[in-house]
Amino acid sequence: MNDLQVQLHAVDWAVIIIYFAFVLGIGFALKKHMKSSEDFLMSGHSLPSWVTGLAFLSANLGALEVMGMAGNGYKYGLLTAHFYWIGAVPAMIFVGIFMMPFYYGSRARSVPEYLKLRFDEKTRGLNAFSFAVLTVLMSGINMYAMALVIKVMLGWSFTFSICVSAVVVLVYTYLGGLTSSIYNEVLQFFLIVFGFAPLAIVGVARAGGWSGIAARLAGTPGMTRIWSSVAHPADNPMGIEVFGLVIGLGFVLSFGYWCTDFLVVQRALASKDMASAQRTPLIAAVPKALFPFLVVVPGLAAAALALKLPEGNYDYTLPLLLRMFYPSGMLGLGVAALLASFMSGMAGNVTAFNTVWTFDIYQAYLKKGATDAQLLRMGKRATLFGVLTSIFAAYLCRSFNSLMDYMQLLFGFFNAPIFATFLLGMFWKRATGHGAFIGLASGIAAGVAHHLLRLNGVLHYSSDMAAAFYGAIVSFSTCFVITVLVSFLTRPRPEAELRGLVYLLTERPKSVAQWYLRPESLALIVIVLVVVLNVYFF
Amino acid sequence: MGLDIRLPIGLMFTVLGPVLIVTGFVDETPISVYTGLAMALFGGLMLAFGVRGQRRSSISGGEVEGSER
Repeated sequence: MNDLQVQLHAVDWAVIIIYFAFVLGIGFALKKHMKSSEDFLMSGHSLPSWVTGLAFLSANLGALEVMGMAGNGYKYGLLTAHFYWIGAVPAMIFVGIFMMPFYYGSRARSVPEYLKLRFDEKTRGLNAFSFAVLTVLMSGINMYAMALVIKVMLGWSFTFSICVSAVVVLVYTYLGGLTSSIYNEVLQFFLIVFGFAPLAIVGVARAGGWSGIAARLAGTPGMTRIWSSVAHPADNPMGIEVFGLVIGLGFVLSFGYWCTDFLVVQRALASKDMASAQRTPLIAAVPKALFPFLVVVPGLAAAALALKLPEGNYDYTLPLLLRMFYPSGMLGLGVAALLASFMSGMAGNVTAFNTVWTFDIYQAYLKKGATDAQLLRMGKRATLFGVLTSIFAAYLCRSFNSLMDYMQLLFGFFNAPIFATFLLGMFWKRATGHGAFIGLASGIAAGVAHHLLRLNGVLHYSSDMAAAFYGAIVSFSTCFVITVLVSFLTRPRPEAELRGLVYLLTERPKSVAQWYLRPESLALIVIVLVVVLNVYFF
Repeated sequence: MGLDIRLPIGLMFTVLGPVLIVTGFVDETPISVYTGLAMALFGGLMLAFGVRGQRRSSISGGEVEGSER
């Protein structure tokens, strides 16, 4: 028996089986409502904002996110909260207030389709193909990571872990489409909260409370404070300083992901109206701001308690805490929460993939005059194909361990420059399709070149994380500059064609009556919350 | 039409909560009792909101906050 293997009792199995029954039940209950491609791939633009908001957050809660952030909590302490308080939350506010009116208002069915409307077909094609490939690969990476944890915790074989999770996700996404995925993401969100919150409380209590943690980790600067140690890279365990943190992580990487990745934007597009779509990321930002207490703090408590991680692997922080602190019943809940985090992440990837494949590849290139019945059929086939490809990618990762790192690296190369493309596309009417395409390709190339220069010892950084942040800055800046230059050399589209797609040429959406439902009011609340957190943990 | 997501969420937590409460009392593990209580309370609230939404929907024939249109 390894250091992480747990013995599940009947009550633990009961909790896990009840959870699976509800997850599958939601898929079966929604099956009869899937009558058109819009129902299946876009939830019929029908969901309220609290549902899409929680799904917006939960779709990102894959195994890598939950276990990775707990591991980062152990390794970097509360500095990990920067991913939330300077990264995700400001980006969510920006996409809700400034970008959602264009995504939702343009009636684009996907992020690549917005690029087609704003720029041209080739820019859409570049984004659609890269997104489709990388999304299923990321889904496979999530699957691989989860299967590893299940194997060491429960002793299930790699293949059995993959089969169980893949079949469950396939059944509920195939039957109920995006709605089923979103509904399950909401259910999984609450399960994750109830599954991990007691762990954070017990972990902190065992470490002597917050003051006990601070005292135990006093020798490592930056573990319990987020700004006081980032003046110089050598002063903190992350090896990063303010500029790289604020611009690289806060601006480029976080905005690149939360503002342009169709995986999360798709949840907002499923909203019933514009105001709901705008509220979606803002509602998500509230729990997101509090998530460090759920996933980072347990890792911090583990560091304070100096727990010995099996194989020195930080990703095992959360499973180790579950094994140490949870009795029967709670252990089943914790394992179900881990499975939930994995499945919500995987289903999010699969439903984003099937939509982009159906609308931006199949309908755009393979069958231009496809009927709705054909689109619905293709959407379902793409769901099956997405799950199968994810399984294939998981086995690839198993065979070539370093592939997982390469895939994540590749994902980063695409995320950073695409934000520059959107920023210019939405806020500068002079940006042209040629500029966007060449800029995007140049930005990706610059990211790759930056990485190669670092590998060959030409560029030096204090840590891998600092290198990733600066690589993103290089990639974003290159895309931005090249897009501007090429746009000045090429002819822009007439302004009349850009109405509803560019900020200055578009009417602002009308505000809803109640002040507390207005996106601006919600944004203000989130800003106050995140400022308070930054100041309190300065 | 459609499914009000508050109902399955509420139902699941009102089932899981008591399971943990009973387990906690039997095994004398307070963490299970407290977590189970919180889950049961949350599940009950979600169920109540879901049922109220369904009733409103059947009266007005309109959409329900928490479900598909």
